[in-house]
Amino acid sequence: MLKYDVVVIGGGPAGLAAAIEAKENGVDSILVIERDRELGGILQQCIHNGFGLHIFKEELTGPEYAQRFIHKLKDMNIEYKLDTMVLDVNEEKIIHVINEKDGLMVLQGKAIVLAMGCRERTRGAVNIGGTRPAGVFTAGTAQRFVNMEGYMVGKKVVILGSGDIGLIMARRLTLEGAEVLAVAELMPYSGGLTRNIVQCLDDYNIPLLLSHTVIDIKGKDRVEEVVIAKVDEKRRPIPGTEKNFECDTLLLSVGLIPENELSKNAGIKIDPITSGPIVNEAMETNIEGIFACGNVVHVHDLVDFVTGESKRAGKNAAKYIKNQLKKQGKIIDTNPGQGIRYIVPHEIRLENIEEKLDLFMRVDGVYKNMDMVVSIGNKEIKRIKKKHLAPGEMESITLSKSDLSQDGVLTISLKKEEL
Amino acid sequence: MKKEMICIVCPMGCHLEVNKQGEEYTVEGNKCKRGQEYAVKELTAPTRVVTTTVKIKNGNLNRLPVKTKEAIPKDKIFECMKLIDSIEVTAPIHVGDVIIKDILGTGVDLVAARDM
Repeated sequence: MLKYDVVVIGGGPAGLAAAIEAKENGVDSILVIERDRELGGILQQCIHNGFGLHIFKEELTGPEYAQRFIHKLKDMNIEYKLDTMVLDVNEEKIIHVINEKDGLMVLQGKAIVLAMGCRERTRGAVNIGGTRPAGVFTAGTAQRFVNMEGYMVGKKVVILGSGDIGLIMARRLTLEGAEVLAVAELMPYSGGLTRNIVQCLDDYNIPLLLSHTVIDIKGKDRVEEVVIAKVDEKRRPIPGTEKNFECDTLLLSVGLIPENELSKNAGIKIDPITSGPIVNEAMETNIEGIFACGNVVHVHDLVDFVTGESKRAGKNAAKYIKNQLKKQGKIIDTNPGQGIRYIVPHEIRLENIEEKLDLFMRVDGVYKNMDMVVSIGNKEIKRIKKKHLAPGEMESITLSKSDLSQDGVLTISLKKEEL
Repeated sequence: MKKEMICIVCPMGCHLEVNKQGEEYTVEGNKCKRGQEYAVKELTAPTRVVTTTVKIKNGNLNRLPVKTKEAIPKDKIFECMKLIDSIEVTAPIHVGDVIIKDILGTGVDLVAARDM
């Protein structure tokens, strides 16, 4: 059995950042396992700019962002395997891995970092009726076809879902000569970053139909028409509001799901809201020495946040194998209060906080002029004014070690602004 | 004149309020000074960075991602795309290599966004 100090599963932004950080914290024996033919993950197909503003203080494209980490990983001589699939991980941290060159391998890591990312929800996940013609793609698949493989996916396109990938693809296909008829969104607000609505839809006069969904797909061999209807407050289609759109392609940008089959099989506890592992301040799961970071934990909208979180996982994996991660001492649980859907991490072991800790969360609706209030027990420890909050924009709060000196459960909730 | 807009300089997406009095612009709601610049530019001469791909021979993929190194005038985007469509490069290419110099006389280079 091949033994490593740290095995990182996934060579996207999360895995790269975790591996580099572990190495920088004194771990030498590291292996990164990637199932694709190259490192970089989904960044390689995200050719638009806007990545890296927090970390590099400039706007990079996805491939450029990935390239910086790939160069660094290679400069540091961190071992990686491409075209390699992890079949199984267990609580003894034994990993079954397969590829064409080495065949089946059994590895063991003193620590494991799960960085498998997420995958797209498909037509089946949202139950769209109709025929089953060619021309129905998830937006990310279409993105890979167009940006990496060099295949155009269609000429007249309807997009369902206004998440960032859907918005970015509306612009991308327009630039490549397709006509994007509309972006339909089930919810009364967009799930994407506001700036993407401006620069991807408004710039090209692409209509955004809020509170609308696709109820029927028509066509025998190829999509010929999709039917879009308005929905009521309970998201049910309203009869009589149906509109037919003649098109040859339907892109679905209907959400991402953290990819946790390996985690579940290993016995890792999953948060039903995030669909990702329950983690503590060290990004460690309920199995000691198995860490998780990036979109496998919760879906992020900014890769810089993934990098930050993954560095934390890599650093703590290094601490773990050096026996520096403390298990004793005070534990504070986090609890999403009014208006907050979830908080990561779920648990904070105070002893392991060096100076400060970043908490990530999403709100459950669109709000204006609210206060985000952090309290522990009954004591309010922080209040942040927010002009605009939306589920599509992840929020973060930084707490210092002294903020956490209170006793009780940490709750974050939204309250009407106090003037 | 008063105009509300969303800053697209970074993913923060600040909600800006721009006031024009005579030739003076005042911007509110921006969290950094780039928001100020953006708002004025958006009302006077809007620009965008163009990110797309070019055909590549002998690469491990069929397309090489490229970008304009700086933002170019918004009304030149489609003309720029047409020009980019007509060219083909050959691997090896390094990130930052100039693919088209001074594209459409904008003074901005089109550069490679990755090694291939």
